[in-house]
Amino acid sequence: MADIVLKVEKLRKSFGGVLATDDLSLSVETGKIHAVIGPNGAGKTTMIAQLAGALNSDSGRVLFDGEDISGMAPPARSRRGIARTFQITSIFHEFTALENVALAVQAHDGHSFRFWRAAREEARLYEPALAALETVGLADRANITARNLSHGEHRQLEIAMALATKPKLLLLDEPMAGMGAEESQKMVSILNRLKGDHTILLIEHDMDAVFALADQITVLVYGNSIASGMPDEIRANEEVRTAYLGDEGTAN
Amino acid sequence: MLRRRETLVLIVTFALLAIVPYIASITEVPFYLDLGRRMMILAIGALSLNLIMGYGGMISFGHAVFVGIGAYVIGICAEHELVTGFIQWPLALLACAVFAFIFGAISLRTRGVYFIMITLALAQMMYFLGVSLDRYGGDDGLPLAEPSDFSGLIDLGDKNSLYYLIFVLLLLCLWICKRLVNSRFGMVIQGARSNETRMQAIGFPVFRYQLTAFVIAGVMAGLAGILLANHTDFVNPDMMHWTRSGDLIIMVLLGGMGSLAGPIVGALVFILLEEALSGVTEYWQLIFGPFLILVVLFARGGLLGFLEKRGSSEEDDG
Repeated sequence: MADIVLKVEKLRKSFGGVLATDDLSLSVETGKIHAVIGPNGAGKTTMIAQLAGALNSDSGRVLFDGEDISGMAPPARSRRGIARTFQITSIFHEFTALENVALAVQAHDGHSFRFWRAAREEARLYEPALAALETVGLADRANITARNLSHGEHRQLEIAMALATKPKLLLLDEPMAGMGAEESQKMVSILNRLKGDHTILLIEHDMDAVFALADQITVLVYGNSIASGMPDEIRANEEVRTAYLGDEGTAN
Repeated sequence: MLRRRETLVLIVTFALLAIVPYIASITEVPFYLDLGRRMMILAIGALSLNLIMGYGGMISFGHAVFVGIGAYVIGICAEHELVTGFIQWPLALLACAVFAFIFGAISLRTRGVYFIMITLALAQMMYFLGVSLDRYGGDDGLPLAEPSDFSGLIDLGDKNSLYYLIFVLLLLCLWICKRLVNSRFGMVIQGARSNETRMQAIGFPVFRYQLTAFVIAGVMAGLAGILLANHTDFVNPDMMHWTRSGDLIIMVLLGGMGSLAGPIVGALVFILLEEALSGVTEYWQLIFGPFLILVVLFARGGLLGFLEKRGSSEEDDG
């Protein structure tokens, strides 16, 4: 049996009377890209927030590497190897691209109660940071202030920051959101390069990208998984077609 | 990082401050010495506030409380005939650290407007505590029987010695700030100002770093308080009043938030304007207010930001 890095058991979260996550269970295998798709409002981003620790779950468990991390805060989960990107770009706008990534490296290089040495002169922060930028194809933009990068570059930077924490699991929340065709293509090839070395839980609306990348797909509707399987199985699944792929699948 | 223009501003500022005692003696106006000391003491206070406000995004509206605590410890020690600075000073700094830790631990559980209000409330609490301390002068304050004694090492009763001591300590604080903000620790507090959610997500438990910054700033403000007590030979609750905290915020904004030279320039300009304008009219704030609004509107980064922008065409970026 394959290694399971993340196991979600009967996760639940409600906002007022609305169940955003409803007894959701799923498993992510090491080294695979596991895509989660579903219509708007299906609870995909809520799920990511619950997995990353930004939202407390009402009930259910999250097992990471066999450890129950359900009650842990985001920094503790990050330390254990969960990295996330945000649906709406979340970076340090005043810092350069390289500084953004170096800060992520720093977060995983011991404590930061180091008051005296200039951080910007530390090769042990900036070399791995540059390497992460290279991986996402942003190395030549390293010294640009993040605010001045394009939308697509922001998305790439988010991935680089996540990679810099040397995660065991990447939670990517719509990395192609708001991108043009060309930028999307670039992102697909970046994710393709990560495939194998990294385990990724991918939320994405772009079906071409999902079917090109995913090893496993889970379909989320109203906070519950209605189907999970290989891309071909999902494509053939009648329930999925009516619930979701129906319109959008043929529209593409 | 220090930009070239900022460095130039600092060199000019410190060169001017260095010759103030000389000017005071040839013009025979000892008041200049007094003015210079006050400027530098408040510059230390503003520098410390800028650490948390400018770099850390923590807008404390009660920062003067630590100036007051530092000063009060000196005053109370002197009242009990404990005058040796070797004990007084560490005691005062320690008291500031303890209070900053407690106040920080409480107020850092909140953000934004709530943070401002809680720091304000805690500081006002200490202000009223000072007012109620009848044993130590209450409302009227406490005269300092004698300045801190460093047994022959330096005589703080001598106004020139005190001046240069403050001068050196201001330089020291500036140097400490420069190292701090560029260190790993400094990157963390700046990151938390920029995007706290992101900091959490990449693995930083930001609270402990922010609290540490708050304590460091409190201790540095305490140093300003120690010096202020020795400068005025007097301690009173007014040092902790919220308007004093407001003055510090204005100095930081005026000079340029989040730059190293900014708070120093801000403190100097603030005191100079206060002196010059209050000589013209009793209602000097009527002129100062609009001036401040103009600075905030048209020079976003304060006076320093204004200079940087002016000079940026000649400088390479970054």
